[in-house]
Amino acid sequence: MTEEHAEHILSYGKLTTVWVALLVLTAATIMVTRVELGVWKVWAALAIASVKSGLVIAFFMHMKYEPRLFRIILFVALFTLAGFIGGTFFDVLYR
Amino acid sequence: MAHETAMTEGGFWRDTGRTGIGAWIFSTDHKRIGLMYLYCVLGFFLVGAFLGLLIRLELMAPGPTIMTAQTYNAMFTVHGVVMIFLFIIPGIPASFGNLVLPIQLGARDVAFPRVNLFSWWLYAIGAVIVLISLFTGGGAPDTGWTFYVPFSARTTTNVSLAVFGVFVLGFSSILTGINFITTIHRMRAPGMTWTRIPLFTWSLYATAWVQVLATPIIAITLLLVVTERILGLGLFDPTRGGDPVMYQHMFWIYSHPAVYIMILPGMGVISDIIPVFSRKPIFGYKMIAFSSLAIAAAGSAVWGHHMYTSGMSDLGVLVFSFLTFIVAIPSAIKVFNWVSTMYKGSISLEAPMLFALSFILLFSIGGLSGLILGAAATDIHVHDTHFVVGHFHYVMFGGTGFAFFAAAHYWLPKYFGRRYQEKPAIIGWVFMFIGFNILYFTMQVLGMEGMPRRYYDYLPEFARLNFVATVGSWIMLAGVAIVVWNLWRGLFKGEPFTGNPWGGASLEWSIATPPPTENFEEDPVVTHGPYDFKGAGVP
Repeated sequence: MTEEHAEHILSYGKLTTVWVALLVLTAATIMVTRVELGVWKVWAALAIASVKSGLVIAFFMHMKYEPRLFRIILFVALFTLAGFIGGTFFDVLYR
Repeated sequence: MAHETAMTEGGFWRDTGRTGIGAWIFSTDHKRIGLMYLYCVLGFFLVGAFLGLLIRLELMAPGPTIMTAQTYNAMFTVHGVVMIFLFIIPGIPASFGNLVLPIQLGARDVAFPRVNLFSWWLYAIGAVIVLISLFTGGGAPDTGWTFYVPFSARTTTNVSLAVFGVFVLGFSSILTGINFITTIHRMRAPGMTWTRIPLFTWSLYATAWVQVLATPIIAITLLLVVTERILGLGLFDPTRGGDPVMYQHMFWIYSHPAVYIMILPGMGVISDIIPVFSRKPIFGYKMIAFSSLAIAAAGSAVWGHHMYTSGMSDLGVLVFSFLTFIVAIPSAIKVFNWVSTMYKGSISLEAPMLFALSFILLFSIGGLSGLILGAAATDIHVHDTHFVVGHFHYVMFGGTGFAFFAAAHYWLPKYFGRRYQEKPAIIGWVFMFIGFNILYFTMQVLGMEGMPRRYYDYLPEFARLNFVATVGSWIMLAGVAIVVWNLWRGLFKGEPFTGNPWGGASLEWSIATPPPTENFEEDPVVTHGPYDFKGAGVP
């Protein structure tokens, strides 16, 4: 592994922008509950939550500036977790 | 200074710092930590084996034999908990993994030596909590090692403390996994490319991923059982909107991949031993390496096959049954490659090789009986019978247990600088092998005839075979006693063991015996593969 990256310090401006984006998305989560979406309500909430956690991982947790290997490792973990949840729900949905 | 220490006689046994027990329990040397794990897991193996012996004694004849029904329930639960969580999961990875992995990579230690020590402490603390749970509160848990709800949420025995102990043990496993993954990625010596990593270390890499990704699930699941017991939330109680099958999903999401935490390092041991004692490079190196990853990946998607009769959806049964069959492919790849490695090799039947060969046979029987259980149509007939007990003992003991002893006979003389006697080792192996098959093959037949597992009493028609199985357990444990006694005596008092008598080509055989504290006097530059005997200059 040769990719040694210098430490990346994010500017306050950028961090604040991400924070504001998270606040807006939190407001969106609340607002979306007031719209009649039926079964899509859960998907909408999950989609917003995914974007929010993506922002936290990318900027607050620095993943955007880490070597590719770490991103692959993160993806493997998320993929596995999704598989676990998916497999379980597969049973529940068709029971 | 470090080099001088390294070259003194006694290698890592002569620590320059602390003395007494502090030199062990506060040491960050991967070899000392590995040995501490080894002593612990071996001790728990003997405890678990003794409990198994008592279970078999109880089942020797119908009706009450030596214990009450409640004691019997506690006995098989504790046998399972001790064997699974205290012996077999840390068994090979934490003991031999710690001893061998950094040296095979050409590193001076693991990536995080202090985390490594912390991991051992967590193991020790978790083990103590589990042991305390047996003798306090409402008595030893009687749920079976799977802690299934609703019974585990209601029983008055000491389930909460026991599962908390297992929770702590889980963190030990996660930390070891993280340490090994990082070590393999970051600490390889120059020239140690991915295709020069010995297959034992490759198997530990796949294992470590399972440890890191699956273990948190059991931690959460067991905490939920505790909250259920203390707060009565009704998470798994259908009368309050809960789902008991959800517990089984969450439990097996970890516990099925956990059997690959148990077996993969064993497969790695075999992959390292077979070529050395066949004097031939391994056949299909890349396929064996990648099949470890394939087993880890596919094995993480098959947990549902424990639940065919639990009320899972029919479609779920179908899908999990199909996925289960996929795991057979990488497993078979390994078996065929081991056999192909031996083809036309110059095979020498010494103790490590005998254990390795019996692994191949016993694991194959276990694996094939696993397909009978993986196929939903046949599983429904033999579910919860002794067939299942026979199957997993074939895989776990015939597989991992025999691999553990293969590793002990192969690597331990290197670390102790002394060796065991060959003849008692072989006699012990013969007893183990014969007793094992009498015990567990009989169990499989009993299961086919319909004898349920975990039952205290049984119908008279099962009496004869149960008697035979119990006699088998005596023969097998006689073998275990001979093997352990011979190892213990040999490693502390036996003939000196020097150099590379078996002609291994991986890095651990290129350094002094016992290994120096820092493993390598100078950082090695790797110029050949782990099974390139010509390249390593060994005959």
